[in-house]
Amino acid sequence: MNVSDFLDRIDFSALAGPAQRRVNAVERFRAQGWPTRADEAWHYTDLRGRLKNFEFALPIGTGNAFGMMPVTSSPCVTFANGRYAETHSTTLSFVTPHGGDVACEAGSDLPMVAVNAAIATGGALFNVPNDVDAGTVFLVSLADAANQLAIASRHRISVGVGASLTLIEISRGMGEYLHNSVIEIVLAKGAMLRHYRMQDEAADAVHVTTIFVDIAADAKYESFILNYGARLSRNEVHVSLAGAGGEVSLGAAQLLSGMQHGDITTIITHDAPHCASRQTVKSVLGGAARGVFQGRIKVARAAQKTDGYQMNQALLLSPDAEIDCKPELEIFADDVKCSHGATIGALDPEQMFYLRSRGIPEEQARVILIRAFLDGALESVADQQARAVFENAIEAWRLKGMS
Amino acid sequence: MLEIKGLTATIGDKKILRGINLIMPDGEIHAIMGPNGAGKSTLSYVLSGREGYTVTGGSATFNGQDILAIEPEARAAAGIFLAFQYPVELPGVGNANFIRTAVNAIRRARGVPELDAVAFLKEARAAIKSLKMPDDMLKRNVNVGFSGGEKKRNEILQMALLKPSLALLDETDSGLDIDALKIVADGVNALRGPAFSALVITHYQRLLDHIVPDRVHVLAAGQIVRSGGPELARELEAHGYAGLEAA
Repeated sequence: MNVSDFLDRIDFSALAGPAQRRVNAVERFRAQGWPTRADEAWHYTDLRGRLKNFEFALPIGTGNAFGMMPVTSSPCVTFANGRYAETHSTTLSFVTPHGGDVACEAGSDLPMVAVNAAIATGGALFNVPNDVDAGTVFLVSLADAANQLAIASRHRISVGVGASLTLIEISRGMGEYLHNSVIEIVLAKGAMLRHYRMQDEAADAVHVTTIFVDIAADAKYESFILNYGARLSRNEVHVSLAGAGGEVSLGAAQLLSGMQHGDITTIITHDAPHCASRQTVKSVLGGAARGVFQGRIKVARAAQKTDGYQMNQALLLSPDAEIDCKPELEIFADDVKCSHGATIGALDPEQMFYLRSRGIPEEQARVILIRAFLDGALESVADQQARAVFENAIEAWRLKGMS
Repeated sequence: MLEIKGLTATIGDKKILRGINLIMPDGEIHAIMGPNGAGKSTLSYVLSGREGYTVTGGSATFNGQDILAIEPEARAAAGIFLAFQYPVELPGVGNANFIRTAVNAIRRARGVPELDAVAFLKEARAAIKSLKMPDDMLKRNVNVGFSGGEKKRNEILQMALLKPSLALLDETDSGLDIDALKIVADGVNALRGPAFSALVITHYQRLLDHIVPDRVHVLAAGQIVRSGGPELARELEAHGYAGLEAA
């Protein structure tokens, strides 16, 4: 779909907030258009092709979205078809929901962020005060799309000096829709955010999330993404380490089968000395699934004593599965430790025979080896509730027959 | 009873087994000795169902069942256990979990109720103790970071818990010091009985001092060229295989 057609379909008068802000975003988007494979950043992911002929209906109502509500005793901040769902949310002193009418500054030069700013229908502002441990909160996005919905959510998470928060984000849905979300994260000095993300969208959905993380001195961002649902998904994470002693750990796993396409893209910028970034991304790909990992680490001249690590591993379960891996290191400082690696392989026939020779049936042996492969990525998930979410998904993937 | 008749097998175009004939009654332990490249390991792999080998003729039955026709896991369920010459490392798989999964897979295949974690651990700890193995062997990932001797002992631990009726020990003695050798031998001897038989593949007579076989067979160039009692092993140790190969 071309840009004008898309914009003509959106009824901006139906959206909350200052119209001018949306108009500005529209103009930014119009200047760039949909990302195509000619754009370096989107070379491996054909989003435009996927959204061709897509309707981009604005959501009305919630359908049966709440039937997919996760079961937890922790507080939830819930959105259904992109709008805040008060009935299924917990009131928290540090969370302010909004209807999409907030300033959207970060990343406005990126087309999907501009689209989000143009059509955002809701989001939440988290503001954890200094020195407060805000515990665990579920951030839930549910979609029930009768027609081809465009759902855009915009969240901002600000964690104060010495404060901490664990956020478990779950995106689920039914039907065919685009879920395009943007999350801005600001961590003050010594703050800690554990951010666990379960992408469990409907089989026909398109999921694009763009995350911006600003990490002040001695603050820590620990995240894990399980890319699991959606026909096409992209999780793009921009991290800026701006103060000395900041740390980021980005873990991700992709479990994809059939015709699924999953893209993990990270851009980590070390601007301050003595910061550490660690990334472990593991993809298990069956059927004709395609996985993408693009990881860029930029180390500025001032960022001496940077410790950067990036590992991408893929397990291909079928001859038609594909992984595209693009590590990029741009290092301008001269006293740094940066490493990256990539491995691609099939299940090891020696290991398979060892398990089977002990009486373990072939299918079960495959599951054991796949789970073992993911172990290195999952071990970074310290939170028990988040761990359970991911383990259950891996188990369900096994049951639905992965290749 | 294991009955092998005229068994021939190839790897690619290469003929490895050239007509093996062997009958092993229940309760007996037989040793297979022979020079490198004789086909000793191939025989154990063909019997346990490893990929990459093509059986081109002959038969192998265990208790009347054609074992060459069934999957490796079905052979295990039928009571066959291969102690690997080079045990495989499984990073990310805990040893206790692995062995319990195997025990229960076999129990399930046989229609026997599965063991819960508590009952299994009780058995496993007892086996570890009687095999004089360190306690942490169950907690570690399967064979990861194990010394050569520990890997072989882990094979014996699995054998003790899976309780096979036919064990194929593929050069389990290689790379073992004398203490480890005794532990391995004790593990095999503990299972000895009317319902247990074992095929012990080895280069050296040393292991056979500790696991005294009922019969010794010499495999050379893919065929059994000589069979005898335990004294045959000592004769080979003294004179080597050279004369036999010529015969």
